[in-house]
Amino acid sequence: MTRHIRRAGVLCALLLVALLANAVRVQVVRAGAYGENPADRRGAIARYGLPRGDILVGGRPVTGSRDTGERYRYERTYTDGPLYAPVTGFSSQTYGTSLLERAEDGVLSGTDPALAPLPLWSDLTRSRPAGGDVVTTLDPAAQRAAYEGLGARTGAVAAIEPSTGRILALVSTPSYDPARLSGTGAGVERAWARLNADADRPMLNRAVRQTYPPGSTFKVVTAAAALDAGAAAGLDRPTGAPDPYLLPGTSTRLTNETEGCADASLRHAFTWSCNTVFAKLGVDTGAAALRRTAAGFGFDDAGLRVPFPVAESTFGAPADRAQLALSAIGQFDTRATPLQMAMVAAAVADDGMVRAPYLVERVATRDGVPLSTTVRRTLRRAMSPATAARLRELMEGVVREGTGGNAAIEGAVVGGKTGTAQHGVGNSGTPYAWFVSWAQAEDAPQPAVAVAVVVEDAAAERGDISGGGDAAPIARAVMEAVLDSEAAERR
Amino acid sequence: MTHDACRAPDTARPGPAAAADPHAPAAPATSSAPAASGVPAVSGAPATSSAVAASGAPAASGAPAASGAPAASGAPAPLPRRRGVEFSLLVLAVLLSVCGYCAVGLARGGAVPPGAAGYGGGLGALALLAHLAVRLRAPHADPLLLPIAVLLNGLGLVLIHRLDLETPGDRAAPAQLVWSTLGIGLFVATVVLLRDHRTLRRHAYVCGAAALVLLALPVLFPAVNGARIWIRFAGFSIQPGEFAKVLLALFFAGHLAAGRHALARTGRRLGPLRLPTGRVLGPVVAVWLLSVGVLVLERDLGTSLLFFGLFVVLLYVATGRTGWIAAGLLLAVAGAVAVGRLEPHVHGRVEDWLHPFASVEAGQGAGQLAQSLFSFAAGGMLGTGLGLGHSVLIGFAVKSDFVLATAGEELGLAGLAAILLLYGLLVHCGYRTGLALRDPFGRLLAVGLSSIVALQVFVIAGGVTGLIPLTGMAMPFLAQGGSSVVTNWIIVALLVRLSDRARREPGSGARTGAGAPVLAAAGTVPLEDGAARPDGGVPAR
Repeated sequence: MTRHIRRAGVLCALLLVALLANAVRVQVVRAGAYGENPADRRGAIARYGLPRGDILVGGRPVTGSRDTGERYRYERTYTDGPLYAPVTGFSSQTYGTSLLERAEDGVLSGTDPALAPLPLWSDLTRSRPAGGDVVTTLDPAAQRAAYEGLGARTGAVAAIEPSTGRILALVSTPSYDPARLSGTGAGVERAWARLNADADRPMLNRAVRQTYPPGSTFKVVTAAAALDAGAAAGLDRPTGAPDPYLLPGTSTRLTNETEGCADASLRHAFTWSCNTVFAKLGVDTGAAALRRTAAGFGFDDAGLRVPFPVAESTFGAPADRAQLALSAIGQFDTRATPLQMAMVAAAVADDGMVRAPYLVERVATRDGVPLSTTVRRTLRRAMSPATAARLRELMEGVVREGTGGNAAIEGAVVGGKTGTAQHGVGNSGTPYAWFVSWAQAEDAPQPAVAVAVVVEDAAAERGDISGGGDAAPIARAVMEAVLDSEAAERR
Repeated sequence: MTHDACRAPDTARPGPAAAADPHAPAAPATSSAPAASGVPAVSGAPATSSAVAASGAPAASGAPAASGAPAASGAPAPLPRRRGVEFSLLVLAVLLSVCGYCAVGLARGGAVPPGAAGYGGGLGALALLAHLAVRLRAPHADPLLLPIAVLLNGLGLVLIHRLDLETPGDRAAPAQLVWSTLGIGLFVATVVLLRDHRTLRRHAYVCGAAALVLLALPVLFPAVNGARIWIRFAGFSIQPGEFAKVLLALFFAGHLAAGRHALARTGRRLGPLRLPTGRVLGPVVAVWLLSVGVLVLERDLGTSLLFFGLFVVLLYVATGRTGWIAAGLLLAVAGAVAVGRLEPHVHGRVEDWLHPFASVEAGQGAGQLAQSLFSFAAGGMLGTGLGLGHSVLIGFAVKSDFVLATAGEELGLAGLAAILLLYGLLVHCGYRTGLALRDPFGRLLAVGLSSIVALQVFVIAGGVTGLIPLTGMAMPFLAQGGSSVVTNWIIVALLVRLSDRARREPGSGARTGAGAPVLAAAGTVPLEDGAARPDGGVPAR
């Protein structure tokens, strides 16, 4: 019997060993895989267990955290939800994150390794550092001016500082309040469903995620290419373009909305936005040179991030000279985001240099200790400094005496370009009104702001007038706001 | 020290000579034992303990006389009492539990909870009471049994209290404390009132009948959560199956101790197999049917498994026939497969075990087992710390069947392994007792009671960690459940009683090594004869 008791004891020991081995399997070997299962809510509980870091605009947080006392303890709040939604995005316990909340999630939620001073110790104690803050480059006055300027209309505004690439305003309308999506429950699900079903797509950030045909504002790019390539000899020489212009190889006649475009000079054609002249200039410059210049400005770059990704602006692929002629006036397949067009204006203002646009000035700990500061980068040179100077002259003319008179600001040099983009099947859609511009205070060494405005449902019937009429006043308000801030800073 | 104490019966190893030859002088044999084993702590002990036995405890000195082998005439001297060790370990167990209670409070409220002193005082008082009962009535008992039980019970109270914080509407710790008190009360009563375990042998068949009645009772009551294992009256719910475990162990031990030769030696030969006769086979089939009946009628897979495992182990230990094991396993597999196929409740459990994340993939969120696995995984090596885990996500039965998940998450693999090793130590002590005892009934009872703990721990711990299909069972001492905690205290009380006998009269089992099976077999026969005398088994007091 003794032997059998011993054997039964060995059996019990084996059961114990099996339990221990399985415990090692579950708690150590497979722990990582189990922990990553989305059905395990511990990650979310830890994530929402601490207040989320804040996003700062002009030194003030535009976000906050609310203690709900529930299992997911802290919920996101927004001080000016719709105003900053195209920048912050949302941070939802149900639907995840978007835009800055997504791009800087590591810092905001406290998981960024830089936030943990002693990583090994944190691992051991399982303590999670408080979320850090994200300081944006936005100018709150410019942001508000853009938002209020667009009002109830559908559109977008992007404004950047030409010398640095700092994004000063990023607005998209109609907007939404991301706080509606912060928590959990039926209310959040209803808000989500409603926002997604809305035909106006309020959650679409039109400033960076939507491309439009740039229309006549693309003539800035065409003019730069023509001047750099020598297709246009000077600003005041006649270009020899007929009016109407027969698209090469077709019987389609391209016309103008304005008078005096036949054999007009580049200056006159730019000031009054002659399609015929720029179509011919585009064809004369050639597809390769035009594409090269467009790429210099940032077209056909799918990798741009600010830090969230920006939709790719495209020059398109004109197959023949007729399509090239249309591409040169910002139609056919040419498409651009408002941010891209702001970069075009900024390059003109900054002697032809294209700076990488960025939205995050720096990230810091909860206590304000800086963790990292965004390094300013120059992407490339889009045109020669001489060409840039000539384009500034042309753009100033547009505001002084041409289609962009609405953008003029007293006490500042303003250059701009209007645009009206046809779209839809057979160009049947309501045209998009565009305005791109830059402004330099008279006593300032360099332009302080470049801005692009697009209004989708412009009220105008036709023509560049809509760009000048609908979009230019918004651009002016934004530029004024930036110039005021700049002046206040200098004092 | 701890290990040493548990292995103490080993010091009687030189005994075979003494037991095989009753006329050999005992004193030289015992005195040579410490020298051979080289344990200084033990070497001084026999002298003191025999002194105590001679002077301070006349009742104890009467016990060897009852077995017909006075110490002076050749039986080994009693092992050291080690009540001081037990007391120290008890203090440690209570302190550990209070530390756990404080850790929960510190983690949740940032301060030592006001109830800490009360909790520590209450648990300490109960432990002291139990210790005094052992000191007075079972002075030779294994000093590890009681501290392990107190520590596990204390930890269980801490874990349940900790989970109560997550469910303010459903507080289970106070009731558990009452049940624990009742359990320790029954422990004391058992140790005090039951002077010799052999008394129980006479009631083996009564116990068997009582177990059947208890098992059958819940069928009359409505099913709770898919299992028909509860009886409810006057606001209490009791799981009679828990008590039936002990009664069945008593019945099996009694039945097998009486008839084990018949089981082992009779029957027709069929090739290499020796088939048992129908008379002997009858009870076996009856027990198998009982297990399946429990499974089908009460949908209690765990209890069914436990009964059957217990019976197979005891049958093997009693008869030494591997054929029984094979037949038992075959029957078990056949029964399990049939029930697993036919019974949807059990079938679902098997499916859960095979695919714990199926519900996640189906988009329905994590099931209980998946949540349990998440819990263990979240604990990792060192755990989150008491009060800081989220095992409450498991939901239903988190304080009872799944209480181990809370331990795994908040104490980590380190804590879980410690708890499992505590159970291992408890079972080990039980088996040691079984080896050291002289009478077959006592040996079978010790093995049976320890096996209940071992099987139950394996079935439920393996279930919640995904090693085997999950079956609803209570983790001994740790889990919420009054019937369970009371039953386990009775099991420990019986083990204390058995170990007291075993260590007072170290028997034949302790002497056999792997190389002496023949001697062991020969040695058991006269002992059994001695134990078979019903009147001689009870010490005359």
